[in-house]
Amino acid sequence: MFERKQLSHKAVWAAAVAAIAGLAAVAPAKAEDSVKVGLILPMTGGQASTGKQIENAIKLYMQQNGDTVAGKKIEIILRDDGAVPDKTKTAAQELIVNDKVNFIAGFGVTPAALAAAPLATQAKIPEVVMAAGTSIITERSPYIVRTSFTLAQSSTIIADWAVKNGIKKVATLTSDYAPGNDALNFFKQNFTAGGGEVVEEVKTPLANPDFAPFLQRMKDAKPDAIFVFVPAGQGGNFMKQYAERGLDKAGIKVIGPGDVTDDDLLNNMGDAVLGTVTAHLYSAAHPSQMNKDFVAAYKKAYGNRPGFMAVSGYDGIHLIYEALKKTNGDTDGTKLVEAMKGQKWESPRGPISIDPETRDIVQNIYIRKVEKVDGELYNVEFATFEAVKDLGKTKK
Amino acid sequence: MTSILTNLFDGVAYGMLLFVLACGLAVTLGLMNFVNLAHGAFAMAGGYVCMVLVNRMGWPFFAALPLAFVSAAAIGIVLERTLYRHLYARSHLDQVLFTIGLTFMSVAAVDYIQGSSRVFINLPAALQGQFDVLGVGIGRYRLMIIVICGLLTIGLQMVLAKTRFGSRLRAAVDDPRAASGLGINVPQVFAFTFAFGCGLAGLGGALSAEILGLDPYFPLKFMIYFLIVVTVGGSSSITGPFLASLLLGIGDVAGKYYVPKMGPFVIYTMMIVILIWRPNGLFGRTAAR
Repeated sequence: MFERKQLSHKAVWAAAVAAIAGLAAVAPAKAEDSVKVGLILPMTGGQASTGKQIENAIKLYMQQNGDTVAGKKIEIILRDDGAVPDKTKTAAQELIVNDKVNFIAGFGVTPAALAAAPLATQAKIPEVVMAAGTSIITERSPYIVRTSFTLAQSSTIIADWAVKNGIKKVATLTSDYAPGNDALNFFKQNFTAGGGEVVEEVKTPLANPDFAPFLQRMKDAKPDAIFVFVPAGQGGNFMKQYAERGLDKAGIKVIGPGDVTDDDLLNNMGDAVLGTVTAHLYSAAHPSQMNKDFVAAYKKAYGNRPGFMAVSGYDGIHLIYEALKKTNGDTDGTKLVEAMKGQKWESPRGPISIDPETRDIVQNIYIRKVEKVDGELYNVEFATFEAVKDLGKTKK
Repeated sequence: MTSILTNLFDGVAYGMLLFVLACGLAVTLGLMNFVNLAHGAFAMAGGYVCMVLVNRMGWPFFAALPLAFVSAAAIGIVLERTLYRHLYARSHLDQVLFTIGLTFMSVAAVDYIQGSSRVFINLPAALQGQFDVLGVGIGRYRLMIIVICGLLTIGLQMVLAKTRFGSRLRAAVDDPRAASGLGINVPQVFAFTFAFGCGLAGLGGALSAEILGLDPYFPLKFMIYFLIVVTVGGSSSITGPFLASLLLGIGDVAGKYYVPKMGPFVIYTMMIVILIWRPNGLFGRTAAR
């Protein structure tokens, strides 16, 4: 069953009718035979594409794998928080107290994931983070498990790659908020340790209308490359203005974590984006058979290609399924988190696992270059850093 | 030296864009004394119309621009006749509440129809990239903005100052009762002016998609900028907002270039300083009414 909360009256009536009819036919699942997953996602607002992708991927997974695990029926209750942490908290509270959910999951942005953390601890239920990417999140509750990524993972890897590939001077352009600062700091740390030099450092306001003056500054600093992190959605604007200003012709490359070339938006960015090198966890062009099937099924169902948010949601629901299998349907939160630790599986993005110590994801980080494949723009992977852990945890 | 000129050029283009987006607001606020916070919604409408025509239906960009103007003006005239008209005599608070509600409705409607992700308008190749004039990088698209907006400004000023319609409008604003006594159809003049302001916003929305980005939150994100232009410029003429837009555009670009850490604050600091110095705006008439 996959329905929005608003429809619950209908659901109650439908259940009542089914129950009466069911006396003669198959009895419907009893309450204690179902497992409820409270899914909190931004379905409206600037982050809505994240919510949409995760919702789509979860629906797809449940179509492919059925909605029953270890004798329990999985029921998803979707709530929209618009990426506003106050709303996340209210939604989590209602889901835990009124709906008695066994999991809370989703969380489009870092503040949302953090807002729900104390509630997960109190209620002793797993919080599966499927999007937000700041390192500290999993340290905020022993019940948080993450299936997306951390910015430290991709930012340190692209720094190492840049050092090895003759990029010596870099100018950075990052959005001025927590993930942007994470990306900047981890990049700088590894890049300068490897002998590189950051010649210019610009933080752009989060609601930034025009990149022109910042890009002009980058151009005048004459670096080998620009390291860029901007939130989903702004990547297109950035790349367009980068080309307009002729930075590509001046031989200045773009490098960064893969958010700037998210599969969701990549194809509309125009040819200026060709040659951009990024480090990231997933590309729709990942060559495994499993990914080809995943992309084909996703495209067939929703008409566009999946991005890294979709694959994080797909793996998140998979982890919930596997944990339930391991506990044999036991819904005790502490046991479920224990069952998730150390899980290892093959995902469309490649082999991944959950670090038993940090409950954070361990995954391959791929170096990719934007190329044209069959007339469409894709991130084509050409180097792999295997089993990368999150390097951004607080040093103990 | 060349980077100063490039920045100046970028600033002028940005300022011109702000002017076209905001001058409709200067007209409704200054000439008609109506607080229209939904102004950005008309800009967004124009932007989306242009995007659908160019990207989905294959229209050439320059053919779609006039249509962005016409459609935003048409929406403007319909809303003016059905809704806005009833609020002219109401208090400013009522007008603010009404128009902010309209803004939220437009955001939700566009989000529902077109989705929340940012959209781009496919530009012809001739408008992409930069060329060098004596070492100064000139963006083609920004040059086009300067040309279009410059011509519009001259045209507007001529219409207001030299034509019969312009004098009717000024008369209707200065004293609506006397003007209607002299046989001027005041509601008609206002409706036309309102629609024209909306049309300009629509054109500005279409032009700004490339530079500012176009998404359903456009009316909310840029409302502040429009209001700054009008308050700094004063709303009693077209020249005031025009010079204010240029000043803010150049100041914003220069601030972000030379002191990137302070970048986003420069525009607000300028506004505060100017308003302390001249509370009615640069070209405001001191309490004319």
